Amino acid sequence: MREVMTKSMARNIFYGGSLFFIIIFVGLTIHSHIYIVNTSSNSDKLTESVALGKHVWEKHACINCHSIMGEGAYFAPELANVMTRWGVDGDAEGAYETLDGWMKAQPSGIEGRRQMPLFELTEEETRGLSDFLLWVDEIDAQGWPPNDAG
Amino acid sequence: MKYQTQKIALAYFAVAMALFAVQILGGVLAGYIYVMPNTLSELLPFNIVRMLHTNSLIVWLLLGFFGAAYFLIPEEAEREIHSPMLAYLQLIILVVGTLGVVVTYVFNLFEGNWFLGKEGREFLEQPKWVKVGIVVAALMFLYNVSMTVLKGKKTAITNILLLGLWGLALLFLFAFYNPDNLALDKQYWWYVVHLWVEGVWELIMASILAYLMLKLTGVDREIVEKWLYVIVAAALFSGILGTGHHYYWIGGPSYWQWIGSIFSSLEIVPFFAMMAFAFVMVWKGRRDHPNKAALLWSLGCATLAFFGAGVWGFLHTLHGVNYYSHGTQITAAHGHLAFYGAYVCLNLAIFTYAMPILRNRDPYNQVLNMASFWLMSSGMVFMTFTLTFAGTVQTHMQRVVGDYYMDVQDSIAIFYWMRLGAGVVVLLGVLLFLYAILVPRREIISHDASVAAE
Repeated sequence: MREVMTKSMARNIFYGGSLFFIIIFVGLTIHSHIYIVNTSSNSDKLTESVALGKHVWEKHACINCHSIMGEGAYFAPELANVMTRWGVDGDAEGAYETLDGWMKAQPSGIEGRRQMPLFELTEEETRGLSDFLLWVDEIDAQGWPPNDAG
Repeated sequence: MKYQTQKIALAYFAVAMALFAVQILGGVLAGYIYVMPNTLSELLPFNIVRMLHTNSLIVWLLLGFFGAAYFLIPEEAEREIHSPMLAYLQLIILVVGTLGVVVTYVFNLFEGNWFLGKEGREFLEQPKWVKVGIVVAALMFLYNVSMTVLKGKKTAITNILLLGLWGLALLFLFAFYNPDNLALDKQYWWYVVHLWVEGVWELIMASILAYLMLKLTGVDREIVEKWLYVIVAAALFSGILGTGHHYYWIGGPSYWQWIGSIFSSLEIVPFFAMMAFAFVMVWKGRRDHPNKAALLWSLGCATLAFFGAGVWGFLHTLHGVNYYSHGTQITAAHGHLAFYGAYVCLNLAIFTYAMPILRNRDPYNQVLNMASFWLMSSGMVFMTFTLTFAGTVQTHMQRVVGDYYMDVQDSIAIFYWMRLGAGVVVLLGVLLFLYAILVPRREIISHDASVAAE
């Protein structure tokens, strides 16, 4: 390699090239940011209840069993499309009631079955969580997941 | 040991190894819950166990990097660390933060509190006060090592190492930005997660590997450093835009499918280069360094990183494949071997190299240490195979056929049993490693126990 390139050439390629790719990446990220806010997600429907639901999702570390949009742990079902799977997408009241029933039935205690803890949510929190999952269900994720199984 | 302040590394390595043990115990427990799901389900639910497993991994790897920096920078810069007191204070902050995290998770304290409670974004679950502590500790560290290097000799190894560590600290600041819009949240979450492990951490890895090659093989510094620049250039040229492979299905524009596929396919190049570099240096080098175990870990690191991060990453990175495999056990398989090969082996290589020097002894107990390499590595490789099979079946049944998640999980239980077995082998390997590093005072099994250290 001695003949092909000197150390200072390699160094300059590294610094110059990295700067080039950083600039492209930052530019594309800015465009993606605008695209997410204006096109792929319903920013105008991001209510306080949705934001509360995201906080409920986070404070109970749901992501360390479930995945959402394919990211998280792989111990429990995907939840970005759970409302579609339950057949209650677009129906806020039905979604809340189904989720509330589910949350209150945990843990199932069935032997040999993965257990979800009982989270003692207030009605406002459960509504928030339900609104959050409905909101996420509507993000344009380029057609992912492939089917309702998530 | 040429410089007194290199001793700082000993304290960092000790804490790192303790957390390594915690990480593996957490992993075995999580693997056990997979097959016996009622275990501790109300006392210590799976999500808490998994947070302990992943968070302790990240913290001990970071402590290892910090320790490695304190160990090699005095030698490279040819002067003592600027302020040893600051270095120990930094460690105390990190230990207090770590203990705070464990107590907060296990006893579920301050749930929902904006400052004291855990924050539920994957890998960034630490309470805000701990995140602030991490930033403070990182600033102290960067000030300390930067001052040392600025006043001393500047080499390519310290340049790249410092660049990686500065990048690590700056990117962590995105952990404080958590918008209500989940898609936006995810976009910037990857700024920390992807640009760490497939960006700046690779700089740290390449520079530590270069240091080890320099010491273990005795190849000319000019050659090592030229390789180093070529490797890190390949890492950043592919890795930065390679972030796009996380933007396929989270609400980003469709162009990421092409950019992500092309550039993340190239992410295999720096890992191949690191493997080629390590082997070429060993063949070229004329030095017969007595620390054979450190050499084994270094070569194992480069090789397993190539397979875990490179090959297993490429396996599911093309968007047409990832559409079906995204978020299945395939990802778990890749994650396990990539972290093990690239960052765990790297840390164990530098521990193996540095510990005998730090404790002022011959590099004894090569044999037990090398046995632990084979035990741990075969366990991890087998675990990767079982998870890959599990993920392949899961992808077909769930993503192609459309069977429900839990039904699919029940039908792949056999792979989780084998994964648990592999995990137990890894645990035995870890215990053997810790024993070999910490306990014996002279070589236990050797044909020639009188081989002198360098």
